[in-house]
Amino acid sequence: MKAGIPFWNILLKDLRAYYLKPPNISWGIIFPLAWTGMFFIRSGHGLEMLNDILPGVIAVSVLFGTTSLLAVTVTFEKKNRSFERLLIAPISLNLLMLAKTSGAIFFGAVNALVPIAISVFFIDLSNIHWITLIPAIILIAISSTFLGLFIAVSVSEVFEAQTFSNFFRFPMIFLCGLFFPIKQLPVILRPLSYISPLTYGVDIIHGAINGKHFLPLWIDFFAISFFCIILFIISMRNINRKWIV
Amino acid sequence: METVRRNNDSILIEVKGLTKRFDDVIAIDDLSFNIHQGEFFGFLGPNGAGKTTTINILIGLARPDSGTFRIGGFECSKNPKAAQHLLGVVPDESNLYPELTGFENLCFCASLYGMLKRERRNRAAELLETFGLREAGNRKFGDYSRGMKRKLTIAAGIVHDPSVLFLDEPTTGIDVASARQIRNLIGKMQHEGKTIFLTTHYIEEAERLCERIAFIVNGHIVKTSSIDDLLKPIRQKTAMLISVTENSEDLVNKLSSAFPQYEFISDRSRVIRVVSMEAISIGPLVRFIEENKIEVTEAKKVLPSLEDVFVKITGIEADTMKKDKQKQGGKM
Repeated sequence: MKAGIPFWNILLKDLRAYYLKPPNISWGIIFPLAWTGMFFIRSGHGLEMLNDILPGVIAVSVLFGTTSLLAVTVTFEKKNRSFERLLIAPISLNLLMLAKTSGAIFFGAVNALVPIAISVFFIDLSNIHWITLIPAIILIAISSTFLGLFIAVSVSEVFEAQTFSNFFRFPMIFLCGLFFPIKQLPVILRPLSYISPLTYGVDIIHGAINGKHFLPLWIDFFAISFFCIILFIISMRNINRKWIV
Repeated sequence: METVRRNNDSILIEVKGLTKRFDDVIAIDDLSFNIHQGEFFGFLGPNGAGKTTTINILIGLARPDSGTFRIGGFECSKNPKAAQHLLGVVPDESNLYPELTGFENLCFCASLYGMLKRERRNRAAELLETFGLREAGNRKFGDYSRGMKRKLTIAAGIVHDPSVLFLDEPTTGIDVASARQIRNLIGKMQHEGKTIFLTTHYIEEAERLCERIAFIVNGHIVKTSSIDDLLKPIRQKTAMLISVTENSEDLVNKLSSAFPQYEFISDRSRVIRVVSMEAISIGPLVRFIEENKIEVTEAKKVLPSLEDVFVKITGIEADTMKKDKQKQGGKM
């Protein structure tokens, strides 16, 4: 059987049924706008500060765009048992979960374009290193999506998925270097920063936009890729253990 | 002795010693059975008997603790994906996508089996027509009535033209007319040569549709036989149902002593089944019960059916199964 047909149709179905719904599209625009405004006001500076806040807004937009929807949609389908249809289809579990997560990755990556598109009107983006930025956005989208998958597999109710998502998301935002440079964090909190994939993603984006990054980029890319793989493996193991009992 | 034998006698599903436990509860215990190609096989049993667990294992939604099973020659106990392309599944709940239309749901389900776009669209249109849902094809599944949902779920189960169809309680919780229509459609599928594995708690449904039946109680198969063989011994008998205001094992024992020519069966519900090889005289029975200070609310003659066999073998009344199911809101 051609594996591409189910993969593509699962992705299309999810995009149509969940991700490209008007409320989600508006959420995808309003959310980065709100974050940009919040960061801008907090900075207390003029438009020149946009360069500094843009990496954070991009990362947060991707993180929220992916985890919010994936954790909820997978939990919803599991709850109403439509997910069983996918589990009994003659496609490998890995391919199935990659198809299920591709919609969220796409949505998250598109979410990142919103703050970039808005900032075009205010700041000069000609110095952005796009070859670094785009892979970084994709890797943040993948790692956040797999985090959403990990959450979805760990809970059974939609509201639990939302609550559990925040349990991860807010500490990740506060510890990734957006609000406080990691070097200024209390020593006891610093290790937590380094076990968050967002920290490495934000560092790459900082490097791509401002040329300022505190870790070598190859370490950032390696670390975030490692998190993508680990989160996927753990989620798959959990699906095998919990959903096919 | 089983009377159902296929010409080619090929076994499509072969189950040996299947066991599954959930914590301390044994859901199914050492189940073994075969299903022949083109056969209509039924699993009949009360709530919690292990019917859905068995199906879930066979379709790959659950893993057995021990035992093996082969489907279409594929060893599936270690690799449940091996035969999934052969299987069509209609679960006990209508679990299609509420936000997609009927047509889109069928096309999507077909795509999961690798069907090309044109094939998918043609097949979806054909099935909507067959199941009388053409008009509703462009409506969202979430807006369908329960009967329509059930029909579309069955259509989704056969959209890829599977060799084996698993039907888990296909008519539970829907109106009589839809249930009848669904039974007719299922009957047609069997005539088209599909191998069908049906689980149900409706004895009359099993009797009408299946060629061979396994009675399953508490995770054990207590009897496997063809419908003809099961019914043969009772065809000569007459049966009667007596409804009383209260019931006890004591009353059944007293009746058995007083009327040794009849067989009395009851599972502590308020219905006593009387079976006999000769005509049953209702008058003396009613008088005897009322002399025991118990009122008779209804007495009716019934044709001996698979229900009598089921009750005799399992000791469970069909009404009890139905009530259990209703308490669960139609789920099993």
